[in-house]
Amino acid sequence: MRMIRVSAIAAAATTLLTLTACGGGTSTGPGGNSSSNSITYWASNQGASLQADYSVLNPELAKFKQQTGITVHLQVIGWADLLNRILAATTTGQGPDVVNIGNTWSASLQATGAFLPFTGSTFNQVGGESKFLTSALGSTGAAGKPPTAVPLYSLAYALYYNKAMFKAAGIASPPATWSELVADGKRLTHGSQYGLAVEGASIPENIHNVFILSKQNGASFFDSAGNPTFTTAGNVAAVQQWVNFMGADHIVNPGDAQYDQNQSLSDFAKGKAAMLLWQAAGTALKADGMASGAYGVAPVPVESGTPSSSNPDSMVAGINLAVFKDSKNQAAALKFVKFMTSQAESAKLNGEYGSIPPVTSALTATPAANQEQTVLRNVLSSSAVALPQVPKESQFETVVGTAVKNLFADAASGKPVSAATVKQQLSSAQQQMGS
Amino acid sequence: MTVSLRRDAPPAGQDAGRGRGPSSQPCSVRILNQIRKGGLPYLFLLPALLLELLIHFVPMFFGILISFKQLTLFFIRNWQGAPWAGLGNYRIAVDVNGAIGSALLHSFLVTCGFTVLAVGFSWLFGTVAAILTQDSFRGRAALRTIFLTPFALPVYASVIIWSFMFQYNNGLVNDLLHNVLGITSKPSFWLLGHNSFFALVIISVWRNWPFAFLCVMAGLQGIPRELYEASAIDGAGIWQQIRRITMPSLRAVNQVLVLVLFLWTFNDFTTPYVLFGASAPSPADVISVHIYQASFITWNFGEGSAMSVLMLIFLLLVTAVYLTVTSRRRKNA
Repeated sequence: MRMIRVSAIAAAATTLLTLTACGGGTSTGPGGNSSSNSITYWASNQGASLQADYSVLNPELAKFKQQTGITVHLQVIGWADLLNRILAATTTGQGPDVVNIGNTWSASLQATGAFLPFTGSTFNQVGGESKFLTSALGSTGAAGKPPTAVPLYSLAYALYYNKAMFKAAGIASPPATWSELVADGKRLTHGSQYGLAVEGASIPENIHNVFILSKQNGASFFDSAGNPTFTTAGNVAAVQQWVNFMGADHIVNPGDAQYDQNQSLSDFAKGKAAMLLWQAAGTALKADGMASGAYGVAPVPVESGTPSSSNPDSMVAGINLAVFKDSKNQAAALKFVKFMTSQAESAKLNGEYGSIPPVTSALTATPAANQEQTVLRNVLSSSAVALPQVPKESQFETVVGTAVKNLFADAASGKPVSAATVKQQLSSAQQQMGS
Repeated sequence: MTVSLRRDAPPAGQDAGRGRGPSSQPCSVRILNQIRKGGLPYLFLLPALLLELLIHFVPMFFGILISFKQLTLFFIRNWQGAPWAGLGNYRIAVDVNGAIGSALLHSFLVTCGFTVLAVGFSWLFGTVAAILTQDSFRGRAALRTIFLTPFALPVYASVIIWSFMFQYNNGLVNDLLHNVLGITSKPSFWLLGHNSFFALVIISVWRNWPFAFLCVMAGLQGIPRELYEASAIDGAGIWQQIRRITMPSLRAVNQVLVLVLFLWTFNDFTTPYVLFGASAPSPADVISVHIYQASFITWNFGEGSAMSVLMLIFLLLVTAVYLTVTSRRRKNA
């Protein structure tokens, strides 16, 4: 009996102890931070798979080695892990030298002080601030502070539509306003086919779309001091409009409320939905078996019909490149940043990934490859705005993204999504932001 | 005198130094002797003890330390420099009128409900299956092996498969309930809204009942056959045998089993995380994912640690009360 009690206590204790013992694992790549002629680079997943990224990047790293003699140890990290890995590296000071970050994280990561700020002299080492597009530099950190990273790949949202379905429904051109989108969506929704596909359970997708709708309402999720203002009328209307494409307009399949693994992309590619709002979807649609001639690309609707910088139709999406402050080999790291943002590499890599080069010379040197590229370039240069560049941005994404996800769940199960329910969700999200 | 003492002296390892006069040897030598004879086993255990301290208690200590700090994104790079928060993090966590506190309380209650159901059903299924396979029959070994499969599968893979099965549009569960059997009038959401809670319970039971089965099966091996035979002669039916012989004999096994299942289920992170991602739907917002979200996603590690410590205290209390109550009952029995 006593033995059993002892073993019971032991088992209990071991299980309990793992509770507070949990924490971010640290892992350094081979040679991370140490040897003088090699650096470690954490790349984000841009291609169809991690393996695809290795095949795209490795030949370029070999070129870099040939030019400078510096070996780059590459690790491609999936999006689900990247931020946690960066946080762990920040806490311990053990991490890569150079890292890709989602550009919306810039201000939050800037606040941690983990990255080397790009002041004048640092910028000069990578080729000068002027080589980058101004719009892309807008999402590299809080206004008035030196950028925490430089833009690497730029992306923007566009409306993708199925040409054959539009033709069958007798719709001549893609919708330019939201009212048109809803009207077209209703004509395109019949049987098992829906007008629009959304990624209802995906936090980033919800945030990006709600942010744009809110901007179009002239609203903002943060005031000028960086404090949350989630419950303003413009924000409530934006969230309600987005969720009601499913709840009230019924042009979105209720099943989309569960999507967070890019299922909406594949639904669009497989002809289950006629429209999709996405950033540079071309490569992914191709992988899902949709020919590029089967879909058209148009700017995201705005209520006035003509997008502009004050009436934006997209966020400035993209990937930035940052250098860890703890890097023992900052000179080599900056050389690598210069290489990756050189005209040749920017053109090459952005071409591979279907994104837009944020380096001006690369952009002008390479003509748009197709209609998608033309639209995205236009949007990015004239009517895209950056997400709020405040330290609490990542928190905002989580709490508001979750609120929208919950509202989609309500809409999917047939509960009405009123302005009051939206306001209540947003108000609870705002309270969770704490002080 | 000396001779008789020597004869009565305890065997080496207990207190061998007692036979010699107090002044016959210097103190240090005596201590060394004592260690050599009496403490040797402990010396061998020392490395394990040190490692245990290092692996379990050091992180725990820092976890508790962090819970008293305002460790937000502004300080993670130099967490020692984060300002002390005193009991601030705890105050926010237990303030059930505030947004964070009330969300934590909700999550705590969800977790309690989830744990009671999941442990209850796991134990029930495990025990029933173990009793049914107690007598040997053709194919018993194969059946036992099949029963144990969920426990042997990697958690991640099996939960992913469950999430495919629970999909709204093309999941197996909806296909079966709606299209094949026609039980539901329209497809149901399993990973959203209230059903998500039951989906989580189902997966947890599926994963854990084989462990209950295994433990009870082992416990049953220890019950002498004669007891059953004697009771059968006395006219006891199968229910009476289970009630009067099987269950009392399994009490010790069940004590450990229920406790371990409780702790595993209460703390389970992988199942809800793989199933729902970083933000679980509110009806299935169990505490492990909630704390993860509080610390890793909103980058407030002080707050997350305070919540973890509160959970630790709760589980320690439950464990202590549980062990005291069940042990006392056993002594009285």
